[in-house]
Amino acid sequence: MLPESIREELRAIVGEKNCLDKQEALVAYSYDATPMQQALPDVVVMPKSTAEVQQVMRAAARHHIPIVTRGAGSNLCGGTIPVGGGIVLVLSRMNQIVEIDEQNLTITVQPGVRTVDIHQAVEALGLFYPPDPGSMVISTIGGNIALNSGGLRGLKYGTTKDYVLGLEAVLPNGEVIRTGGKLMKDVAGYDLTKLLVGSEGTLAIITEAILKLIPKPQTQRVMLAMFADMAQAARSVSDIIANRIIPGTLEFLDQGTIRVVEDFKQIGLPTDVAAILLIGQDGEPQTVDRDMERIAAICEKNDAVQIKVATTAEEADEVMTARRSALAALSRMRPTTILEDATVPRAAIAPMVAAIQEITERYGLQICTFGHAGDGNLHPTCMTDARNTEEIERVEHAFEEIFAAAIELGGTITGEHGVGIVKAPYLEWKVGAAGMEIMKGIKHAFDPHNLLNPDKMFAKQSRNRVVVQRA
Amino acid sequence: MLKEALVNKLDYDELSNCMRCGFCQPACPTFRETGYEAASPRGRIALMKAVADGVMEPDKDFVDQMNLCLGCRACEPVCPAGVPYGQLIEQTREAIEEVQEHPWWVKAVRKLAFFHLFPYQKRMYQLGGFLRFYQRSGVQKAVRKLGVLSILPKQMREMEAIMPEASGKGIVDFFGGTVIPAVGERKYRVGMFHGCIMDVLFHETNRNTVRLLSEAGCEVIIAPDQVCCGALHAHSGEREQARHLARKNVAAFHKADVDIIVSNAGGCGAMLQEYDHLLAEDAEWQEKAQWFAARVKDISEVLALLVEPKAWQSLPQRITYQSSCHLRNGMKVTKEPVNLLQAIPGATYVQLREGDRCCGSAGIYNLVQPEMAGSLLDEKMSHVAATQADILVTTNPGCLLQMKAGIHRAGLEGKMEAVHIVDLLARVQQEEKPLSTPE
Ligand SMILES: Cc1cc2nc3c(=O)[nH]c(=O)nc-3n(C[C@H](O)[C@H](O)[C@H](O)COP(=O)(O)OP(=O)(O)OC[C@H]3O[C@@H](n4cnc5c(N)ncnc54)[C@H](O)[C@@H]3O)c2cc1C
Ligand code: SF4
Ligand code: SF4
Repeated sequence: MLPESIREELRAIVGEKNCLDKQEALVAYSYDATPMQQALPDVVVMPKSTAEVQQVMRAAARHHIPIVTRGAGSNLCGGTIPVGGGIVLVLSRMNQIVEIDEQNLTITVQPGVRTVDIHQAVEALGLFYPPDPGSMVISTIGGNIALNSGGLRGLKYGTTKDYVLGLEAVLPNGEVIRTGGKLMKDVAGYDLTKLLVGSEGTLAIITEAILKLIPKPQTQRVMLAMFADMAQAARSVSDIIANRIIPGTLEFLDQGTIRVVEDFKQIGLPTDVAAILLIGQDGEPQTVDRDMERIAAICEKNDAVQIKVATTAEEADEVMTARRSALAALSRMRPTTILEDATVPRAAIAPMVAAIQEITERYGLQICTFGHAGDGNLHPTCMTDARNTEEIERVEHAFEEIFAAAIELGGTITGEHGVGIVKAPYLEWKVGAAGMEIMKGIKHAFDPHNLLNPDKMFAKQSRNRVVVQRA
Repeated sequence: MLKEALVNKLDYDELSNCMRCGFCQPACPTFRETGYEAASPRGRIALMKAVADGVMEPDKDFVDQMNLCLGCRACEPVCPAGVPYGQLIEQTREAIEEVQEHPWWVKAVRKLAFFHLFPYQKRMYQLGGFLRFYQRSGVQKAVRKLGVLSILPKQMREMEAIMPEASGKGIVDFFGGTVIPAVGERKYRVGMFHGCIMDVLFHETNRNTVRLLSEAGCEVIIAPDQVCCGALHAHSGEREQARHLARKNVAAFHKADVDIIVSNAGGCGAMLQEYDHLLAEDAEWQEKAQWFAARVKDISEVLALLVEPKAWQSLPQRITYQSSCHLRNGMKVTKEPVNLLQAIPGATYVQLREGDRCCGSAGIYNLVQPEMAGSLLDEKMSHVAATQADILVTTNPGCLLQMKAGIHRAGLEGKMEAVHIVDLLARVQQEEKPLSTPE
């Protein structure tokens, strides 16, 4: 419990209306999109400016109160769960697009701007901001930056980190730093911009960002290729890239996902195929046409059972429906849906999917896999019921083995969802003991009193499994 | 106690189905207005679940938050997990109503309206007759002149100003019977749901509905024992009374043995279509309720199927469309009204920006939550004004009144009129009478 005097102080900074400690507010900010995680904060604070963030941070530092920064709370790693109570700092009120600079092709935004609003604002000017996480209609750019979010276009265009040119951020002592700028080149000192991207709210609070824009591609086309054998689908992915074609989109659904999607939408997908690739290209019309033809030829050579190239906008929409419905279809199967995230080098997709299948069967679970084949980022998704504690325990063991398998294949425990509390026990598997030490050193340099998002990224003890909690 | 009532009523499986992805948030008007997690569908579901889990006491803030929800159900179609939010909020409101202590006058008004007025169609007509007298006899004019109305809250004054002319007679009286034969070959036997308020304040729309159906080849049966659909009851937490009304309607239309049951009010239609859910625990009525629910269609669906727009008169005006929430999110009817409007010869259809967002009417929401309703309406009217349309079409009486109020409030009177889609279609189908232009 925070003493009344501190609440008083916070109210004075942000105003009565933007400092909430009634039960309703504490419950509403006790969760994010991560299944089975919940913890109540002591107070919810919604600042409107960098200056207010600074003052809140100073007050927190003075009284040693933990702060969890929150955008839209759409993350899947428990990143915004206030496990140690304290302040949840909601940045959704700081949601202004500050400037679109058409001379320099940059956009300057406050952290609470929704990703989709950035897309709309710049596309209206014929410009393009490529990162498109599946959650972009709700997620904020601050959250995207803090988690270095990726999306369907990651393969060709990269992820959030490739578009952040400069940041303004408030340090735990209340100081403001500015990194980078509207510059394409800058090697003055350590690259703090890149360090803050993906720092999961553990180093500083991002209060403004300068993002890089590119011209909007002229056209876009898509196709579906279906394969009787997972290995052939995976080989097609490698062959496409080996042939020096970088598709704008290269997504994949496994057989389990295909069956569930077909059951849900009845769009005429063959349910006996092992995998479907959704492949898209964008750019100059002639280049796109030529790439689509070459991609189709590669898939045919790898014995694709069927190839469906969209020629009209309606057909394109139909083709995209398969990928878009995946989450909806899966989430309707059982009450709890655990959407996980493991990444392997793309040549290892086939063995990774095989490993997931083997683990799923051994534990007697329902796990389907879909994801970004082009960059090796897979989403094994488990349909379960949080109330069944015995099953949930098996789920946790299964995922632990899945992450281990990913590491074994040269991959990582998370490609886009972040570490948070969920993956913290496994981080050392990926970065090693020395890596952990240096990361902890960086955390200490920024945040000596461990106030920003404590217990995230670094588990209290190594490998304590996340335990399901229900009141 | 409220807590027990909620634990009993809430469907825990559905609460657990919410995966907290937040996809529902951009669709929610109260979240957009406040930016506050608790005022979003994900937040409200989390609050319900927190109560069910024993994490939270259902206090006054909880009840206020549930009341701030419009019940527009815009959150449902966008939910990947298919969480039936509409049912959850009704269960919550039923629990709240069970334990709530209203001030005596609210109790009296609720009791009068929900138990002694809406369920009895005859009384609705009597009230209609009284209203008609008030409007016609000069009393209304006198009252307005005297400024007596200034004691009413602003929202109510605005409603009084746009109240359409009431009728003491329903459509059965008008047609002098309950069976209206099809013009030409009979294609369907259609049961007409005339609604309670609809048949008093929008009798012309009801008459036009019957006429259009009959001219489209439907034999129209106005099932005589039908009553109010119960939507206002269900949305206000009186689910038991809603069930009572549902049984009466199911019986009335089952007896009439119709192929289709047609509604011309999205709010009623969505309720009628959910009778099978409403009566799910009633073994005796389950089968008939399913029979009933499967037959319910909106008038625009039936007309889109049957009419031939080629025969319509030209209407050289700009038309825009505000889609009503329960028609869209409850009945899932989106294309048909637009297709019909686009088929009107000579007319220019302009899409209303955010025409799929709630106008703030939401049953009696505009009366009990004037602040939120007012700001939603102002936002709506700014988009409406931008269309520069001559005619603003809706498909539900509540929305129609709200749009009329909005036109009044935005000072667009004389520039634009709000019309029910049925009345507009009747206008273009009318051969003898000259087309009326907006006043
Ligand atoms: C259905 C679904 C699909 C998804 N698809 C994708 C996907 O395709 N790709 C992907 O990468 N992710 C995806 N995600 C995960 C998530 O949506 C993204 O990671 C997103 O970037 C989170 O943004 P947010 O605004 O919700 O951040 P939040 O969840 O609020 O916060 C995320 C983290 O960032 C920190 N943070 C937030 N704002 C700031 C700030 N201003 N300064 C410092 N730290 C801050 C928080 O403390 C937290 O650790 C998906 C999630 C869901 C539910
Ligand atoms: S969209 Fe559905 S599952 Fe997602 S938070 Fe909203 S109600 Fe829950
Ligand atoms: S019914 Fe409407 S107001 Fe209520 S939570 Fe859903 S979208 Fe929001």
